[in-house]
Amino acid sequence: MSQSTSLTLPSASHVVPRQRSVLPGFRLSLGFTLFWLGLIVLIPLSAVAFKTLELGWPGFWSAVTSPRVLASFRLSFGVALIAAAINAVFGLVFAWVLVRYTFPGKRLLDALVDLPFALPTAVAGIALTAIYAENGWIGSLLAPLGIKVAFTPLGVLVAAVFIGLPFVVRTVQPVLEDLDRELEEAAASLGASRWQIFVRVVWPVLTPAVLTGVALAFARAVGEYGSMIFIAGNVPMVSEIAPLMIITKLEQYDYAGATAIALVMLLASFAILLAINSLQAWTARRTGRPA
Amino acid sequence: MPALSRTTAARALLAPLFGLLLGPLAPAQAADVTLLNVSYDPTRELYQDFNAAFAKHWQAKTGDRLTVRQSHGGSGKQARSVIDGLEADVVTLALAYDVDALHQRGGLIPADWQKRLPANAAPYTSTIVFLVRKGNPKGIHDWNDLLRAGVDVITPNPKTSGGARWNYLAAWGYALGQPGASEQAAEEFVGKLYQNVKVLDSGARGSLTTFTERGIGDVLISWENEAYLATRELGPDKFEIVTPSVSILAEPPVAVVDKVVDKRKTREVATAYLEYLYTPEGQDIAGKHFYRPRDEQVAAKYQSQFSKVELFTIDEVFGGWQKAQTTHFADGGVFDRIFATRR
Repeated sequence: MSQSTSLTLPSASHVVPRQRSVLPGFRLSLGFTLFWLGLIVLIPLSAVAFKTLELGWPGFWSAVTSPRVLASFRLSFGVALIAAAINAVFGLVFAWVLVRYTFPGKRLLDALVDLPFALPTAVAGIALTAIYAENGWIGSLLAPLGIKVAFTPLGVLVAAVFIGLPFVVRTVQPVLEDLDRELEEAAASLGASRWQIFVRVVWPVLTPAVLTGVALAFARAVGEYGSMIFIAGNVPMVSEIAPLMIITKLEQYDYAGATAIALVMLLASFAILLAINSLQAWTARRTGRPA
Repeated sequence: MPALSRTTAARALLAPLFGLLLGPLAPAQAADVTLLNVSYDPTRELYQDFNAAFAKHWQAKTGDRLTVRQSHGGSGKQARSVIDGLEADVVTLALAYDVDALHQRGGLIPADWQKRLPANAAPYTSTIVFLVRKGNPKGIHDWNDLLRAGVDVITPNPKTSGGARWNYLAAWGYALGQPGASEQAAEEFVGKLYQNVKVLDSGARGSLTTFTERGIGDVLISWENEAYLATRELGPDKFEIVTPSVSILAEPPVAVVDKVVDKRKTREVATAYLEYLYTPEGQDIAGKHFYRPRDEQVAAKYQSQFSKVELFTIDEVFGGWQKAQTTHFADGGVFDRIFATRR
């Protein structure tokens, strides 16, 4: 900001004093931010990288490309992506209902959305398993149809959808609340159909928020352990999640092998999050809103 | 349980902090002693009783008031917590491999820790049995019945659970003991067994829940003491215990953690604590909680409680834990091979 203003100023022969931000404390707060980020995020993460270095390249490669580990990556990332996509759709509907309509019990529904945030993950996992097991409420209804949820990859997906829902709802909700209804009314008065209004007016404004929610839900599901471990079944090559492979390595006191898997997950997650963020920035630019 | 390991880790981090804060405030009274016993999952009830008994004994003997704190969790996880700095005066874990790690990874105890107490430092033993549904509808009597088509077996994942490793090795030992058997035959046998396993929970208590609460599976391979506890707690009208003809002698070992007791000056009481496990009183408490006592007289008292079974040790069949671990459970070991060739 300060840079762009100083460029527009016609600087005369005398030295222009450096433009200061209107808000004081920029250097202090940035310094603190970087220090804090380093202390809380970067130092622990660099420890992961350093511990992995003990392995050397061949050890690293064989640790992260063994068939079991690859199968667990496929499951964790695949499930996280599908769950994030499902949550994008239903989270949007949920937020829409909560913002646009009034009905009895709305407050209650609003509060319920946050439960997956608040619940200890192990409790969520045990509850989901109890319900979706073959003798559970839902599981017993699905069993005659030949659908098994608990102890299959499908169960992992259910857990991922469960924990990811609030992320999309809570990121879309405020944007939807701020959305100027006059825009929609103007579109309607100009003869746009309801569908056109949604696709051309509402959706472009919501896209960045939906993408943020998807990114958060995805990131949460990739690293999730507690709620998934009880429902997964943990059969090698079929229903082992990647975090379980880390635990497996630790159980053999193979700290370096564990961090190697963690590092791959970290890099892959970072790449996907970066891609989603760029997409978000791009859509924001296209609709002329600040990212 | 992940929650538990988090609390133990937090405790490991916070304990020194609290020590710093409270240290100067604590009265200079040597009469209050605390011990931390880091143990594995199914010993909760056993040590609740034993701690009370020993505290009483210790107070009568020395006048000191003793509080024993307990920490329970997966055996391997618990060992890692101690290596990472959880100040355990004693460890009472599920298998010698995890106690070995305290020597190898942490340098906390000497290599010959298992020689310092009688009977391989395992004051009580257990074995591996089957828990089946009431009336034994699938007719399961021995290990080979677990291989039949249509029998769903529940056992935890040997990669993450110490108890599950005992289960696996028990099956292997049985197969190897059959007439004309070879290592290859044993691998086929165990491979077929794991084909009938649809759920591999991460720990023994998890498997117990899957079998009892979720109603999954026809047979649970389980610690003998867990099986008895389950039938007692959850109703003998629902489950039955089947003892196979041959099984493994599971020896859950105990050890004083030298580095910690020297630092906390608790060696004397910690050693006495573990030695008390070998006394008739300690043995009796073990027997009450369905562990097999080492003491012959106490064992005789509990004889009717347990079924007869031919037992082999891990040293006889597998040449000790280190060897069994490398051959069977390490990455690329037999257990991995079973699942790699299966699909």
